[in-house]
Amino acid sequence: MTAPTGITRVSLLKDLRLEWRSKDAINSMLFFSLLVVVVFSFSFDPTAEESRQIAGGLIWVAFLFAAVVALNQTWARELRNQVLDAYRVSPAPANSLFVAKVLGNFIFVSVLEALMTPLFIVFYRLRALGPAWQLLLVAVVGTWALVVNGTFFAAMSLRTRSREIMLPLLLFPISIPALLAMVQSTTAILNGEGARFWIVLLVTYDLVFTTVCLLLFETVLNAE
Amino acid sequence: MKRVFPILGVLTAILLSYALYMALVVAPTERTMGSVQRIFYYHVPSAWTAFILFFINFGASVFYLIKRNPAADIVALVTAEVGVVFCTVVLVTGPIWARPVWGIWWTWDMRLTSTLVLWLIYVSYLFLRRFSSSGETPLLAASLAVLGALCVPFVYFSIWFFRTQHPQPVMGGGGSIDPRMLHVLLINWLAFSCFAFLVCWSRYRLEKLQRDVDHAHAVESLLAPRGSVR
Repeated sequence: MTAPTGITRVSLLKDLRLEWRSKDAINSMLFFSLLVVVVFSFSFDPTAEESRQIAGGLIWVAFLFAAVVALNQTWARELRNQVLDAYRVSPAPANSLFVAKVLGNFIFVSVLEALMTPLFIVFYRLRALGPAWQLLLVAVVGTWALVVNGTFFAAMSLRTRSREIMLPLLLFPISIPALLAMVQSTTAILNGEGARFWIVLLVTYDLVFTTVCLLLFETVLNAE
Repeated sequence: MKRVFPILGVLTAILLSYALYMALVVAPTERTMGSVQRIFYYHVPSAWTAFILFFINFGASVFYLIKRNPAADIVALVTAEVGVVFCTVVLVTGPIWARPVWGIWWTWDMRLTSTLVLWLIYVSYLFLRRFSSSGETPLLAASLAVLGALCVPFVYFSIWFFRTQHPQPVMGGGGSIDPRMLHVLLINWLAFSCFAFLVCWSRYRLEKLQRDVDHAHAVESLLAPRGSVR
């Protein structure tokens, strides 16, 4: 059980099990997302034609805010029970924990997206004019971009004053290229235009930032 | 070292005054925009200086991550602070220039948006520096600086594609520059760079002093007999 993948699996399963029993994160994310959708519906009249132009942006903003809810609680449990200290002292590689956390967050946010998407389709009367499978690809790659940076910055803001606000402050500027790509690709697919550039940009962004986060996470973990 | 600073200060003051004179008086008036165009001699050098400072921040952060050299950390902090100031100058002088020339304060074109995002990234770096209460803030900040610097090409590339696919407000610019204007521009850039260097140096000394004082206090608290420290 000391192989990195074993540690990742154990850590991930622990997080999933805890979440399944309490359903803290998923409930708060869902409700928050729903609130965001409703508030947006007051600002933009979601008639069919206009909605396809702005839906991409609205969806990803809602998912971004909901993801921040999930990310904020990523390390909270570990911090409360001194688990992080124990982990630092153990010979386990830090990256295994990081990958486990990222995968856990990815699963939570993906579940949220899967539950919210039908709601979006209903509220905004969406119908994709382009190939709908590409939307799935954008969702996967985009969520990974948010989650990998978010988990890294959540670890970074563990010992800061105003921890909850530090995470979005750090995450949003750096995620801007990824957010732009997510929104533009979703809008393009919904309107039947080409999204290849944006998807390629997202994949490149994911590769670069996953690599850098993996390289730097051990430093960040030991720096707390 | 202590004597060099005032000498450099005087030289920089002279250079800045000369650059101001060149920009406001000597430089030829632009044909279409008139005297308003002279903001160009503050806007562009500020932008170049900001980019150079952010680049130095990236280098210092990488050096700190590899070598854990405290001086590199102070250089990173200092260049980020002064860089943000110069970037703010760019973002303020830009709209001031744009309003009489284009009729609008702001537009979401490629260059403005990218500069704004650059500013946001480094302001978030300064937020981390200020709000972090970890003992290893330099390491965290250095990691953030590396991520931020890696993000910059993505920012430029994505916004370039985004904004060239959509119709743009027609703006002047591009094309060649009058050699006399280029001369004044470069003088202003030199003056701004010297000024930036002076401010960075001064801030560096201040930060180093502050850290030495904090360190001395910490050592004093550790060595003092129990109960005798206020």
